[in-house]
Amino acid sequence: MSGEAITRRAFAGSIAALALAHRAGAQGYAGLGETADGFAKVTPGKAFTFPVDHGPHPDFRIEWWYLTANLVDASGAACGLQWTLFRQAAQPGPQGEGWANQQVWMAHAAVTRADTHRFSETFSRGGVGQAGVTAKPFEAWIDDWEMKGVERLDDRTLAPLTLKASGADFSYALTLEANRPVVLQGDRGFSRKSERGQASYYYSQPFYRARGTLSIDDKPAAVSGQAWMDREWSSQPLDADQTGWDWLSLHLSSGDKLMLYRLRQKDGRDYPFGNWISASGETQMIAGSDIQMMPKATAEVAGRKLPVEWQIAIPSRSFAILCKPLNPKAWMGTGFSYWEGPIHFAGTQDGVGYLELTGY
Amino acid sequence: MRRALWVLAVLLSHWRRHKMQFATLLIGLIAATALWSGVQAINQQARNAYDRAAATFGGVRTAMLVAPNAATFPQELFIKLRRAGWPVSPVLEGRVQMNGHSVRLLGIEPVTLPVDVGNAPRLGAADLGSFVAPPGQTLVARETLRGLQEAEGAAPAISSGARLPPLRVQPQLAPDVLVVDIGVAQRLLSKPDQVSRLLIGKPRGKPAPLASVVGEQLQLIEPNAETELERLTDSFHLNLTAFGLLSFFVGLFIVNSAVGLAFEQRLPMLRTLRACGASARLVNMVLVIELVALALVAGLIGLACGYFIAAALLPDVAASLRGLYGAQIPGQLSLRPEWWLAGIGISVAGALVAAATSLIKAIRMPVLATAQPGAWQQRQRRWLILQSCAACVVFAVALLLFHYGQSLIAGFGVLAALMFGAALILPAFLEIILLVGQRTARGPIALWFWADSRQQLSGLSLALMALLLALAVNVGVSTMVETFSRTFIGWLNGRLAADVYISASDNAQGTAIRNWLKDRSDVQAILPGGRAEALVRGEPVELLGLPDHALYRERWPLLDTAPRAWTRLVPGNAAFISEQLSRRLNVQIGDVVEVPAPGGSWELDIVGIYADYGNPKGQLTVNVAALIRQFPQTPQTRIGLIVAKDNIPGLIAALQKQFGLDDRSVADQATVKAESIRIFNRTFAVTSALNAFTLGVAGIALLTGLLTLANSRLPQLAPLWAIGLTRPRLAAIELTKTLSVALFTALLAVPLGLLVAWCLIAIVNVKAFGWRLPFHVFPLRLVELVAVALCASLLAALLPMVRLARMQPANLVKVFANER
Repeated sequence: MSGEAITRRAFAGSIAALALAHRAGAQGYAGLGETADGFAKVTPGKAFTFPVDHGPHPDFRIEWWYLTANLVDASGAACGLQWTLFRQAAQPGPQGEGWANQQVWMAHAAVTRADTHRFSETFSRGGVGQAGVTAKPFEAWIDDWEMKGVERLDDRTLAPLTLKASGADFSYALTLEANRPVVLQGDRGFSRKSERGQASYYYSQPFYRARGTLSIDDKPAAVSGQAWMDREWSSQPLDADQTGWDWLSLHLSSGDKLMLYRLRQKDGRDYPFGNWISASGETQMIAGSDIQMMPKATAEVAGRKLPVEWQIAIPSRSFAILCKPLNPKAWMGTGFSYWEGPIHFAGTQDGVGYLELTGY
Repeated sequence: MRRALWVLAVLLSHWRRHKMQFATLLIGLIAATALWSGVQAINQQARNAYDRAAATFGGVRTAMLVAPNAATFPQELFIKLRRAGWPVSPVLEGRVQMNGHSVRLLGIEPVTLPVDVGNAPRLGAADLGSFVAPPGQTLVARETLRGLQEAEGAAPAISSGARLPPLRVQPQLAPDVLVVDIGVAQRLLSKPDQVSRLLIGKPRGKPAPLASVVGEQLQLIEPNAETELERLTDSFHLNLTAFGLLSFFVGLFIVNSAVGLAFEQRLPMLRTLRACGASARLVNMVLVIELVALALVAGLIGLACGYFIAAALLPDVAASLRGLYGAQIPGQLSLRPEWWLAGIGISVAGALVAAATSLIKAIRMPVLATAQPGAWQQRQRRWLILQSCAACVVFAVALLLFHYGQSLIAGFGVLAALMFGAALILPAFLEIILLVGQRTARGPIALWFWADSRQQLSGLSLALMALLLALAVNVGVSTMVETFSRTFIGWLNGRLAADVYISASDNAQGTAIRNWLKDRSDVQAILPGGRAEALVRGEPVELLGLPDHALYRERWPLLDTAPRAWTRLVPGNAAFISEQLSRRLNVQIGDVVEVPAPGGSWELDIVGIYADYGNPKGQLTVNVAALIRQFPQTPQTRIGLIVAKDNIPGLIAALQKQFGLDDRSVADQATVKAESIRIFNRTFAVTSALNAFTLGVAGIALLTGLLTLANSRLPQLAPLWAIGLTRPRLAAIELTKTLSVALFTALLAVPLGLLVAWCLIAIVNVKAFGWRLPFHVFPLRLVELVAVALCASLLAALLPMVRLARMQPANLVKVFANER
């Protein structure tokens, strides 16, 4: 074999590249610039129905169930965790039976403390039961990692849930409760990603209260805090000239939630988007021109320079904060690599959240 | 630096005056390096091939889960285990028939396949998508593609009519394997949702205990550092290594005698250099540099020779390994840089060891000591006693190993110790013979003849030891090969009972052929056969099904039987066991062997033991109907026929025409026998070649020994010439002496060689292959070998003798003038 022998890991990376097209940046990977021919298209005005939309949408190319949690242990020390399941369809068309099924599943799990960051990943093909998602009863799983509705699950809130995952040197198990319905992002769940029409269906549950156990190196600790789940699916979410993105989910001390991201373009311009979710669950889109996202300091991780500190301002809401990472080394050295870790901020409001940096 | 160069120039001038000595030194080093590295190259090649086979997507190098009866199991268990945290990946294995070949088909699941599965062939990132997505791909090694006569990209059909995904070459893949996606394999093998085994990767967390997930349905097989192939082929490689080592030592004997003489002759030169002001350190350093430089040059030439030897032997080695163990070795040599480095290293190390005594002597030489060339190894008596004592110790070790050793290595240890001991004791033996001769001699010349022979002994002893070893190995190996050859052919004659052999491509064709044969008047009997595989006490065992027919009772060879053995086979609760399996399982006649069958455990009384030469797997022979009852999946594709001799060609032609069978699928007894014997002969072609090489090297050792002696012995011969013996007469006496010493050595080599043969047959073969052959002695072969040894000695002695016969009288007179 000439050149570099490429391992399954790299193959998985290429699945990841496709699957992460939206959340994890477009760097000219194969498939990103492709048209969505054969796959279902994302159009405005879709009426979301639950629990059906909690389940998979195999006619769309990619989809994910993405959960991050900001927690504290008994001593008050902050930590965070991530649980993500990605689905990717290799081909459009009717679903193949058994091994002929064209869906590929990938999952990432991570835990972050100020002094350490651990992560793990796993892969599976669809059709045989190793990984999948069912809407009723709600369950998303791959191997022994799972996010599962308990019996009294409310389809509107997507709660309560149990969540578990483990890696070679960490594991966690959480229960998640929420008392407000899921929140549709963008224009009633239609999230536009460029001026040329790229878009996704996107809803979130930012109101989870989490409680459970987190073990690092076999030392369990009781933890509690807040969690945020994103559900998103699409067929061609990003433009070919969009190189990556910076995404934040913020739990404000007022009880409000704020989702912010900017898509970076090759020409140096970027597209900021934002959604302000009030403590009672009403959402309001923030105009791009009203969002100021300024990298403040960079950290060198895995040979890359990453903007892990951010100055953020939304003048119309007299909102200005400085975000700092809990652990600047929160690098996800998975097949497809990116930075994802808990942050805390102070300014006109205090709070915690998660930051994701891709395409660096 | 300049000074060192001058010293070097002075030292090198010696070789200019003694070209023959120089050649001897180089030849010794080259011979030592060449065979050794040739053998190493072959071993390395084979080991790489075993690794490749072992690593094919979870060979024995990977921990795995299998069903206890080695059958396939539902894929559901794979999901259950994954969901319990087990990092497992499914593999389905089977065989498919295509273009008349039977090929192993492996279905893998690349997404979960453990990253650390040995050095498994890897798939490119872009390729993996196309491997999984329709139409998929069939990965295949280049040589397999060639064997199947298919082109890359083609999608050939298998015997069931289904098509393989397009073929794609994967150079690192083991030969004779097709790798497809597991879904494709399940379809091609008609085993939907079935799995043969689960490979276990690196655990991610703490999986639940196996029993709590799947109960008793699956069992864990720990990874094995040594592959089955390596275990089986160990003896073969040990054998090669032994030959390589032997010639390496013989080569070093040559170096030792050449260097020893050169140093003796250069002692006055060294003394002069020291007296001229060259420091002892400088002179010694230059001596070592000179030796190392020579060793480097000779090592390089030796490596080149080794490469050619290996390249020439490899096809035969590959054929042997395929024939004996089913191991696939590519016939083309590929070498790693380590091999070159190791070869050069061994040459330098060998030269330094061989020259050690001479170097130490030179280093310790006091500056004003009188040099005494020719006086080397004068303290013969003490030396002989010491050496004989060492020999006794080595013999004791051999005895201990024989008594207590269990392993193959111990078997080879016995052999090595025997030969080494015999070589050590040889000079003492010859000394006694010559002493007896001297005592019985009459007349001054005869007396001188014996006395001088004794005096010469120390100079020749190394060369004679080499000759003894080479001859003994020759006698041993040729006796074993001859024995094996006879036993094998006799056994083959009995074993190939049927007249025509048919192998149908599948059950449907098998049935069609049987039905078609029933109506033919030229077929006297149809003998259906069958083969199945099972794991008996953790050992893969082949089950051979034979029909109940008088022909087998009459001709099928059994080593040992219980009464009415063939009759007891018929009901299906008794079996014959192959000799190697009976040894491995320690099973005797009357014992019971349990075979895990799909329907449950199958208990078999052992009623016979038979030889099964050349089969790497253990085998049980049962009644074919019983086999099919117990293993319903057994392919019913093997058919033997009894046909009158004259009708055979017509029947085969008709079969080929009717069913499109090729030469591989239908063959008459004579063809099968000829093929078996051809494989057998190739198996020992390597042994014979190495045998010849070793004898050749021993011949060179003798030649160089004699040449070095010839020079130093002039002072002994000159007085005889002065007394009036003519030069031709002197040469004739010298020749007689050499030949008689060589004859004694050859005669001693015969019993030693027979002992070696016995060790090979009774110890090494039993441990390596699991079979024991009857021991035969072939006197004619022995006479032949002694004659060959004498011829070799004659050739070796001829050159120095001719030189002596033609020597200018002036040279002989000089001995008196140059009295040292």
